[in-house]
Amino acid sequence: MGFGLPLAVLAAWVLTRCRFPGRVLLNAFVHLPIVLPPVVTGWLLLIVFGVRGPIGALLQGWFGIRLVFTTAGAALACGVMTFPIMIRSVRLSLEAVDPGLEQAARTLGAGWLDRLFTITLPLASPGILVGGIVAYATCLGEFGAVITFAANIPGQTQTLPLAIYAALQVPGGEATAAKLSLVSLTLALIGLLLSEWIGRRLNRMLGR
Amino acid sequence: MLRHRFPAMQMDIGFEVPAEGVTVLFGPSGSGKSTIINATAGLLRPDACRIEVGGTVLADTRAGLWLPPERRRVGLVFQDSRLFPHMSVATNLRFGMRRVAPGPIGFDEVVDLLGIGALLQRRPHTLSGGERQRVGIGRALLAQPHLLLMDEPLASLDAARKTEILPFLTRLKTALKLPIVYVTHALDEVMRLADSLVLIEAGQVVGYGPAPEVAARADMPLAQRDDAGAVLPCRVESHDPGRALTRLVDGGVAFLVPLLDLPVGAACRVRIPAREVILAGRPPEAISLHNIVPGTVRRIVADPGRRSVIVEIALPGGGLLSRVTPDAIARLALSPGAPVLALIKSTSIEVLGG
Repeated sequence: MGFGLPLAVLAAWVLTRCRFPGRVLLNAFVHLPIVLPPVVTGWLLLIVFGVRGPIGALLQGWFGIRLVFTTAGAALACGVMTFPIMIRSVRLSLEAVDPGLEQAARTLGAGWLDRLFTITLPLASPGILVGGIVAYATCLGEFGAVITFAANIPGQTQTLPLAIYAALQVPGGEATAAKLSLVSLTLALIGLLLSEWIGRRLNRMLGR
Repeated sequence: MLRHRFPAMQMDIGFEVPAEGVTVLFGPSGSGKSTIINATAGLLRPDACRIEVGGTVLADTRAGLWLPPERRRVGLVFQDSRLFPHMSVATNLRFGMRRVAPGPIGFDEVVDLLGIGALLQRRPHTLSGGERQRVGIGRALLAQPHLLLMDEPLASLDAARKTEILPFLTRLKTALKLPIVYVTHALDEVMRLADSLVLIEAGQVVGYGPAPEVAARADMPLAQRDDAGAVLPCRVESHDPGRALTRLVDGGVAFLVPLLDLPVGAACRVRIPAREVILAGRPPEAISLHNIVPGTVRRIVADPGRRSVIVEIALPGGGLLSRVTPDAIARLALSPGAPVLALIKSTSIEVLGG
């Protein structure tokens, strides 16, 4: 999440503001995880970030970082899966920022990086935060990609649905599953309400 | 000094503005005024142009030079003010100021000049349209521009807000030594603010010069309007409270108008609508009107659409316009060079303030 949001903001900014060859391709690429079966995404991650994969081998060799079957790996899988959600939300809010305000900032002597941090991002912040919260809530429910890439290790890479699924496989586990489902429901609800509340508060702060 | 040339498809415009005072670009919507403003600010790149401010070339497409807006030092006041909604008025005002070296225009001076001291802690969405525009003007000024552009700054305001903000603009132009280019399609703003006037129609300059001269030219488009009239810069010479009259002087001509509140010696402008000026060959007797001004006919231009004629009269200090019928021209036997008397009711003279 911590890495995902700035990355999503960057990608969304590039996708909204820049016109370059391959933009359509990049757009399709970041949205792939929505369309692909999660298991396929997980498997692709395994190939790329696995111990013998092109990036996985580098990480292992240089930093001694192993992603497969670890908590970090589960986080990566979640991040990739929720990336499109964040991008959509960030993009919508970036597109909602009046380009006239950025023009005004330009005539007042603000360069592009200056404008990004003083005008564009603050004005888009409600959407960015809301996107982050919703993505976080979705992360908690990630199943297919995580189980393929990071396995189902209790206490390490087990997400809520994985735990629920595991409980259901054990005879008499319905009670545990029900409890966990309740937790899941509560978290999802809290996430949605929180995002709504923050969005409204920030919008009021921005004078809308 | 500023030069423009846009040999674009339908636009070909070139003019210079004086280093001080307000140059008004006047013309109907879609005539290309905003294109000029946006190109000068750097927000719109025309096919070809050359823009120079005070000896610095901002753009010269032939030489491949195009400075981005943030490096032009050209201030722009937008019609829709475009204040940053997430900042207070004070932070808005300081936005440009914090990004340039300190210049001659001070924060307190601007706040005082625009009367926005009480608004500093407010958010833009709590301001009225007129207040927003004043803050927008202040924000542009504090970025220490070498040229200030105003793109129809009053167009989105109602008449009451307009009259509230016009005196601030008049004060501004006398207080600041800064060239201002002001775009509008409202004649009252032209008459009040313009020192120089550029008339634009369909991407072409159709008239250009000092405002009183351009307004009083029978052969320029302003004379063909219903509300045509001359503008004369005047000075208050004396008051006569007994008769409730004020005497104004313009060059060699004096006008009597209903008593004004202005101090003796104050500068002001008067507008004399063409349809209020009566022409005579001999001074009439026993008449209520106060102003009988001798002049010479300079031009007579027909206005067939209104079945009338516009007569341009040369005065020692400028010119007057008079709208009369062709029959009147024939009866008085008027032709260019002929002496004539212009009769103007004192109540027909509009005094426009400083």
